[in-house]
Amino acid sequence: MIRVQNVTKTFGDFAALHGIDLKIKAGEFVALLGPSGSGKTTLLRIIAGLEFQDGGEVLFDGEDVSSRSVGERQVGFVFQQYALFKHMTVAENVAFGLSVRRKGRPPKADIRARAEELLRLVQLDGLGKRYPGQLSGGQRQRVALARALAIEPRLLLLDEPFGALDAKVRKDLRRWLRGLHETMGLTSIFVTHDQEEALELADRVVVMDHGRIEQVGTPEQVYMEPASPFVSDFVGETNQLPGGIHVRPHDIELVTSGGIPVVVDNVFRRGGSWRVEGRIEGHDRVVEFDVNAANPAPMLGETVQIQPLREREFQKHPS
Amino acid sequence: MRRSTTESRALQIVLIAIALLFLAFFLALPLIAVFGEALKAGFGPFLDAVTAPDALSAIKLTLLIAAISVPLNLVFGVAASWAITKFQFRGKSLLISMIDLPFSVSPVVSGLIFVLLFGASGWVGPWLAEHDLKIIFAVPGIVLATVFITFPFVARELIPLMMEQGKDEEEAAISLGASGWQTFRHVTLPNIRWGLLYGVLLCNARAMGEFGAVSVVSGHIRGETNTMPLHVEILYNEYDFVGAFAVASLLAGLALVTLIAKTVLEWRFNLHGSARH
Ligand SMILES: Nc1ncnc2c1ncn2[C@@H]1O[C@H](COP(=O)(O)OP(=O)(O)O)[C@@H](O)[C@H]1O
Ligand SMILES: [Mg+2]
Repeated sequence: MIRVQNVTKTFGDFAALHGIDLKIKAGEFVALLGPSGSGKTTLLRIIAGLEFQDGGEVLFDGEDVSSRSVGERQVGFVFQQYALFKHMTVAENVAFGLSVRRKGRPPKADIRARAEELLRLVQLDGLGKRYPGQLSGGQRQRVALARALAIEPRLLLLDEPFGALDAKVRKDLRRWLRGLHETMGLTSIFVTHDQEEALELADRVVVMDHGRIEQVGTPEQVYMEPASPFVSDFVGETNQLPGGIHVRPHDIELVTSGGIPVVVDNVFRRGGSWRVEGRIEGHDRVVEFDVNAANPAPMLGETVQIQPLREREFQKHPS
Repeated sequence: MRRSTTESRALQIVLIAIALLFLAFFLALPLIAVFGEALKAGFGPFLDAVTAPDALSAIKLTLLIAAISVPLNLVFGVAASWAITKFQFRGKSLLISMIDLPFSVSPVVSGLIFVLLFGASGWVGPWLAEHDLKIIFAVPGIVLATVFITFPFVARELIPLMMEQGKDEEEAAISLGASGWQTFRHVTLPNIRWGLLYGVLLCNARAMGEFGAVSVVSGHIRGETNTMPLHVEILYNEYDFVGAFAVASLLAGLALVTLIAKTVLEWRFNLHGSARH
């Protein structure tokens, strides 16, 4: 189990993390989700031991590893830009962690066999002799993963693992990674700024903003019961109605009377529904909502009445 | 459209011609002159001149100086570039500008600094004299001056290269359990090898060719503290033109070899671009 206790980090006089508390159970797949600059990478690097916190502790299975170097923590780290060793072959990259072992280094033949096995695992068998420069982005990503797995890490850390890939590859790779996590019984933390990715993949999502944890919960909780206006806004789409009411576009229905009047500005198809963009009459506030495409699309310029089905009210946020 | 391309083409030709003429006048001609003068009296006198005892001792000394100062600067250059590009520390920008100091100070002044420090009336001169240690007008002084003059070469080559490469690969290596030395040996060094070789080459050329700083600290003792460039000057002042040009042609030969090696390296290393395997 991984525990992060009251961890703070400043760069110069900029506070990147304020008192972070987090518990991760063995076998969990956890996403650190937040906008760029919210401190996700910094937290991941502190857990890895690539960066050191100014205050607080990091515990692995109850043991304080705060003063342990990254090499001693036995974590697998997959870098955002993969950081493959350019001058080594794919097989040499994967074998690196075993071949630099000073205590109990396996014989050369075993290392080679292990590298091949890992390449099979990441579906790159036969590419061991290539150089990283000769691979596609998705293949490089999998080499980085195989390399990190070679040291049998007790924790796998991935920084924006799909960030540099195109949409199609990203979707395939993400399911595949989830499967790998299950079959290998890993404990994994990955960083992402893409809420869809976090919701689809993770057992639990940690939503971060400005160096603070805004909410920790299952994808369902984070989406359905956002703990703050920030989470509501950042995870999924959100409309702010007058009176501090937050409501998702699919939680709005059209009513014939007694609703909030909205002037329709734009209508387009999105999957099985019409996405309607409009302004609340007399408020100039933009709202978006979905209407089942089985119904006729609202007309441009028409005034319709809307009613929130499920709404959340937040205290006025200080910031 | 057509007119403007022909115009720019004419301009191109003129510019190229000017550049070529300039190079011919300032580089090719002197080089030919050096070899021409050296071989004017035939190959026999040339060979006699470069194998004269004083010439041989100057050649040996020059090789010795290069053999000491180039490895020193290789280590210093790698260490400084490593520190500057991979760590954050106080005084970093000061270190960066210090590295450029030898380029911005006249070599004569650089030599004088060492005389001021270690000379008979210098700061530590009396102490050295008491312990019978000779630095100025001796080999150690020449080494010091040469190291000082040539230390920017390796570092200046490596710093931009290592900055561009960042520290991701090093971090990946240590996260996989590699020690600092293993990381340097297996990850950093292969990534900088072409840039390093390039820096060493330039450093060596300068170490063998430095005149000003070395001239100040050497004392020009024939057969003892004369390097090749100093020896050339002495022979020339004694109107031994064949001798002077013969030794000079060796230095010019070194320059040519350096130039060729540099071109080959630039081609391999793709003009400071990312190193390839
Ligand atoms: N080494 C560093 N030096 C100075 N500031 C840094 C450093 N690393 C991160 N920061 C700052 O800390 C904040 C959080 O960065 P990061 O953890 O990379 O955010 P994220 O990964 O969520 O985009 C950013 O404002 C960033 O500029
Ligand atoms: Mg980041």
